[in-house]
Amino acid sequence: MARTVIPFGPQHPVLPEPIHLSLVVEDEKVVEALPTLGYVHRGLEMLAVKRDFNQMIQIVERVCGICSMIHSLCYCQGIEEMMGIEVPRRARFLRTVWSELHRMHSHLLWLGLFADSFGFEALFMQLWKIREKVMDLNEGTTGNRVIVSVNVIGGVRVDLDESQIRWIKDTLVDVEAGIRKLQSTIMNDGTVCRRTKGVGILTKQAAYDLGAAGPTLRGSGVAQDMRQLKYAGFDEIPFEPVVETAGDSWARGNVRFRECLQSIDLVRQALDKLEPGELAAKVKGKPDGEVVTRVEQPRGECLYYLKGNGDKFMQRVRIRTPTFANIPPLAAMLPGLDFADVPVVVLSIDPCISCTER
Amino acid sequence: MSFLKKSQIKSPWLLHFDCGSCNGCDIETLACLTPVYDIERFGIVNVGNPRHADVLIVTGTVNPRNAVILKNLYDQMPTPKLVIAVGACGCTGGVFREAPNVLGGVDKIIPVDVYVPGCPAKPEAIMDAVVAGLGKLKGILEGSK
Repeated sequence: MARTVIPFGPQHPVLPEPIHLSLVVEDEKVVEALPTLGYVHRGLEMLAVKRDFNQMIQIVERVCGICSMIHSLCYCQGIEEMMGIEVPRRARFLRTVWSELHRMHSHLLWLGLFADSFGFEALFMQLWKIREKVMDLNEGTTGNRVIVSVNVIGGVRVDLDESQIRWIKDTLVDVEAGIRKLQSTIMNDGTVCRRTKGVGILTKQAAYDLGAAGPTLRGSGVAQDMRQLKYAGFDEIPFEPVVETAGDSWARGNVRFRECLQSIDLVRQALDKLEPGELAAKVKGKPDGEVVTRVEQPRGECLYYLKGNGDKFMQRVRIRTPTFANIPPLAAMLPGLDFADVPVVVLSIDPCISCTER
Repeated sequence: MSFLKKSQIKSPWLLHFDCGSCNGCDIETLACLTPVYDIERFGIVNVGNPRHADVLIVTGTVNPRNAVILKNLYDQMPTPKLVIAVGACGCTGGVFREAPNVLGGVDKIIPVDVYVPGCPAKPEAIMDAVVAGLGKLKGILEGSK
């Protein structure tokens, strides 16, 4: 059989971001997939030598717009650990609230794009309609829709008052009702099941061996979530990772869907635990030493390596993001698929290219 | 004004290209298409093929690698065409202007008609920019007869 190479991307309607895959196909079957990266590389780790450790918060927030709050959370936690700063209790729970709101909007966004990838336009619109309510919460509480910029070293810079807490809780009731209404469509609808069940299977062993992260890993049956490390407010909030065992695109979608509901619950618990108190601890001195921190992003484990030498500039900031870990599993999933299933499977790992290439 | 020219103004087709943005502006551009903002009610449609598009929306900074793609997409679009640079990065390079792999704003590579400030730009601002751009397109079309 003659082989044909079909380019997929960098500009493709199903992908909001540029990634290029050279798909080697025989007839309609994909034989090999070769990813090419580098379209979004900005070199922002190098900016650490030009911006001081406080200004770097603005830079790491813009590693990725969708999970910006969680990036800055990871960075601030690293610096706090390095400098031995105790974060006030209220600030830890406020961080939990915003990080879970971010996870919720990211998952709803992804579920919408996923529906769009197999042509279910109506579901896409419904999910994004619900997502706008979460975006309103972000805008109403912090002043910005996407890059909320709440973290500072030692705590947070914005507070929630009683009326805002009530408003968040009321809105979350609407959001939950909206999501539950779509539950049977996402889980049982014939169109969804036929395009996603059994497509792009990643076995538990392969997921573990290839180093998958986040919902891609949990969709294959491995119960690993960085929130089990009990950072921010998770030490006082009971938490169980969401796991599915099928390992196909449907399972990965389902993990994210159930995590939306879980996030709503976590936000409620964090809001209930808010007590009056300081927002941020005082910061004295400069970061010195090296530290590794990990947090759970919507897409999986995010790792920061930070090195300071007592100067106001960091010596090294190294960021390892979940999509980078998920590209080898993706390259393993694609061979053997029908060409028409490629967009569905590529999206099923929730690729965030600006994270990957920084 | 001919039917074709009239429909170009009444129903422009958009092509969105992410040129190294942090996703913030991309998801806000996408949010424009969804029920709350819904620019489709003005006849604006998002397409995936540059040969069908009248308006190119570019988000993010330019680097040597995606500059080639951006130039390609621009060249493939039929004239008259509009380019809208969305977000601080698309306008000038934003916070990344000093990063080692960044050339700067979109206007380093292709001519830009409308600049949308903001980090990220709000959906309202993006819709406003499209409307402002259409005014310019109308002027060009009327001039060409």
